[in-house]
Amino acid sequence: MIRSKKSLRGLAALVGVAALTLSACGSSNNDNKSTSGDSGSKSALCGKNLAFLGALTGSAGALGQNMVNGINLALKDYNAKNASCKVSLKTFDSQGSPDKAPALATQIINDDSIFGLIGPGFSGESLATGKTFFEAGLPSISPSATNVTITQQGWTTWHRVIGNDDAQGAADAKYLTSTAGAKKVYVIDDGQDYSKGLAGKVKSSLGSAAIGSDQITVGQTDMSAVVTKVKASGADAVFYGGYYTEAGLLAKQLRQGGFTGKFMSGDGAEDPNFVKVAGAQAANGALLSAPAGPAPSGFGATGLYATQAYDATNIFLAALKDGAKDSEAINKFIGSYTGDGASGPIAFDSHGDIKQSTIYVYKVANGTLDVDHPEAIK
Amino acid sequence: MDLGALFGNYNNFLDFTVGGLVFGAIYALIALGYTMVYGVLQLINFAHSEVVMYGTFAVAWTFVFFHGTGDASWSLGRALPILLVAVVAAMLMSGGIALLVERFAYRPLINRNAPKLIALISAIGASFALAEAMGLRDKFAKWFHLNEKLANYTSSPGSSGKAMGQARDVYSNPVSIQPHGLFHIGGYEVTDVDLLVIVAALVMMFALDSFVRRTKFGRGIRAVAQDPESAALMGVNSTRVVQVTFLVGGLMAGVAATLYMIKIGSTRQDAGFILGVKAFTAAVMGGIGNLRGALLGGLLLGVMENWGSAVFGSEWKDVVAFVLLVLILLVRPSGLLGEALGKARA
Repeated sequence: MIRSKKSLRGLAALVGVAALTLSACGSSNNDNKSTSGDSGSKSALCGKNLAFLGALTGSAGALGQNMVNGINLALKDYNAKNASCKVSLKTFDSQGSPDKAPALATQIINDDSIFGLIGPGFSGESLATGKTFFEAGLPSISPSATNVTITQQGWTTWHRVIGNDDAQGAADAKYLTSTAGAKKVYVIDDGQDYSKGLAGKVKSSLGSAAIGSDQITVGQTDMSAVVTKVKASGADAVFYGGYYTEAGLLAKQLRQGGFTGKFMSGDGAEDPNFVKVAGAQAANGALLSAPAGPAPSGFGATGLYATQAYDATNIFLAALKDGAKDSEAINKFIGSYTGDGASGPIAFDSHGDIKQSTIYVYKVANGTLDVDHPEAIK
Repeated sequence: MDLGALFGNYNNFLDFTVGGLVFGAIYALIALGYTMVYGVLQLINFAHSEVVMYGTFAVAWTFVFFHGTGDASWSLGRALPILLVAVVAAMLMSGGIALLVERFAYRPLINRNAPKLIALISAIGASFALAEAMGLRDKFAKWFHLNEKLANYTSSPGSSGKAMGQARDVYSNPVSIQPHGLFHIGGYEVTDVDLLVIVAALVMMFALDSFVRRTKFGRGIRAVAQDPESAALMGVNSTRVVQVTFLVGGLMAGVAATLYMIKIGSTRQDAGFILGVKAFTAAVMGGIGNLRGALLGGLLLGVMENWGSAVFGSEWKDVVAFVLLVLILLVRPSGLLGEALGKARA
């Protein structure tokens, strides 16, 4: 999920470059780390730290908290079993902002005790900091950043354990036509990078079933023109790429305008606030997809992205057990890692994308978003 | 460009037009606040957008107070008792905020004969301060140890009674008002909500027009608008006139906020910005300083936005609105009905 606008990201990129020039000495420290390992059974990385970079406060703070809970769960299990080689966590709160993340990235790469990064949480901050981490050679696994372009930058240290927006868009289109039985889909987005990417992928995957498209703007509240267009097109389903406020207003005004077809949106709208904005009556029956499923039963942490963060942590810890002593070895280990995580099977392609991901559909029924029983799109 | 989307089907054309008129009526009511203050002070009150925003929160809070936090869908008739309280609450809130703006952002500067530009900047500052204060209301509640009690007012009320989200996030009225069709014009079904918004806006506009043209205070407002010094010499208390002007603009904003919440149902600490920009545009389009111009400008802007969305795509909505503004100002620099508030015939 990206929670940033283009202009912010541009600024963040500038800051990122500045941070990079300042961080030259930091990266050399990182290299030193690799030579100082002892060759015994005890890894040189014992007693060192993993870092988390993401939103812990701010409007998306709850998501970061979920991730940290997942990480702490994995570390607790590991430290209980490996009392002689404990690993702890250092958290860096970016508030999900691409403006704040670069300075924290500099701090992270200058910290000798950090051997791996869980994060960054969102796509905007990932794009703003990716180069910094890549040039410092710090391996990272993001539990939640889904923008397609991140893994196209050539940052070989960057990985994610979550399906990207293209995977989600293709799955959503499939769900609409095969499971929901839609024949004429009207596709709408809000013009932001995340939204355009997702809606564009849905549209291209739908092919001839996409009968029209329109673009609203962020902050728009009067959707009457779009509603008229949707109704005039004779669509039996609407897909919206964007966030929950506009998604809720659109769903509400579509229903009030007499639209009776399906309403579907992506992970940007998968939030209880969607139901509040749309009102229970209009929200009922809405389909909200996300590349993350519910935790397996008995899992000790709750919330979206907790399982992904748990899995990402376990991959680092597995590298440690495997005897990896430096960033390079860890990165190599992650690249060839295969395993079954709490969120599903994990293996990475050469770009750092997860090979196989499952997209889930969350449904609104009886005025609540059912976060515990999504349907997996097959 | 897709002219067929707009003109190809008569019913769609009506749909786009009525949808535009409804939102245009809300723009027009807000535009009154800009145009009144401009008429009297020759200043744009940029804090007026926040005056509206506070009104929208007052409406949602009223519903949380009387109804609670459970999600509900009510017809307009069922919501009417709470709506009547809400409109009073919104008018008090918006009127109060408008008076605060006048008292603290304008009067100290006007009394010292500060240049107009300074008052403009002070209004922009007030706008930011007010919007941020709304965004930080959870922190204020905490100072007074009321955060537990006021949780459902400081962040979006959860259906289970437990508040969710943050103060800066979207804040929804738990009761969403379902429009019901009343009659058809062609194939377009006019709903009670549409009708209420348009009629309420017209009635308020008429009432204000009469107030300015027929009452003693109205005469004072027109006198100060024409010539503040002469008006003062004739015994008009210009400070009081300015105060009343702000108050009246605020009261109209309160009504607009209520209509907005009936139609949209949720608000945010930054919701005033777009409404403010649009209403300001409407005021300039119709001829700033002219009350009937504000109505014409608002309705025209609303309709043009929807027609533009139909023909060029919704992403061009704002472009169409502002290009239209530029074109109108090129031909008529003072706006469509450009004449000063003071010159209005008595």
